[in-house]
Amino acid sequence: MSSETNRVLKTVPREKAFYFFTSIGNYTGISALSLKEFMEKINAVNAKSLEFHLYRGDFEKWITEVLEDGELAGEIRRIQKFNLTGDILRNQVGAAVTRRFKRLSKV
Amino acid sequence: MADRSLKLKNNALFLDATDFEILRALQEDSRQTYMAIGKRLGIAHSTVFERIKKLEHNEVIKRYTTLIDSEKTGSKSITAIMSVYTDPKATEKVAGRLAQFPEVLELYACISEELLIMAKISAADQESLHAFIANSVAPLPGVLRIRTSVVTKRFKETQLSITSESKGVHL
Repeated sequence: MSSETNRVLKTVPREKAFYFFTSIGNYTGISALSLKEFMEKINAVNAKSLEFHLYRGDFEKWITEVLEDGELAGEIRRIQKFNLTGDILRNQVGAAVTRRFKRLSKV
Repeated sequence: MADRSLKLKNNALFLDATDFEILRALQEDSRQTYMAIGKRLGIAHSTVFERIKKLEHNEVIKRYTTLIDSEKTGSKSITAIMSVYTDPKATEKVAGRLAQFPEVLELYACISEELLIMAKISAADQESLHAFIANSVAPLPGVLRIRTSVVTKRFKETQLSITSESKGVHL
């Protein structure tokens, strides 16, 4: 595995996990410790949570700072510009994360 | 030296009506003099002094504090009520950890349909509140989910009033 694959696909400690909220202070109980878990939880979490985090820039920040994946962060930033909501937003974010995960998993 | 132990009855401190009257007077204004309390209750100030010392010695009076109207201090901080749903086996540990954070002003374990912890939180603004909950509360092992409500208006804030009908203080 390349160093990039190792870095992006790593499992992080729980204090660096992504915690899904639906609004300020309202935690859903769903969290992700890796890109793989993040990809799975995108399909499980309430769409409101995806809207909340995408437009605050939380996904981009976590992917950049914790997973250290500038390429996926750029994809997320691009989706942010379309002002999508609900399941359309879920599909777009889910597809971008899945594409990236599959590409890295093959390396 | 005077004996400052209050009489014990069935593992409870026995306080008489005068003790409760003194406590009530102190709750209204803890800065008033022994003389003023004595005059109000019709007893000698030395009696008031002696009883207050006993109440302090036995930790019925834990401390004297100040109730501040934060709005008048110009503080822009916000208050929120946070409910933390926990795995019952982890409740004590989660509460113990939360108690260490300065943002947590009050903390309770409650029984509702589920076991939960309720806390009164103070933060500089909504973003700081969210950062505290996301970075410090959600990651605690045993936290299942969190519900938070931001206080928009305070209608009442006080302590439980002491009444003369109270029977005693259990240890």
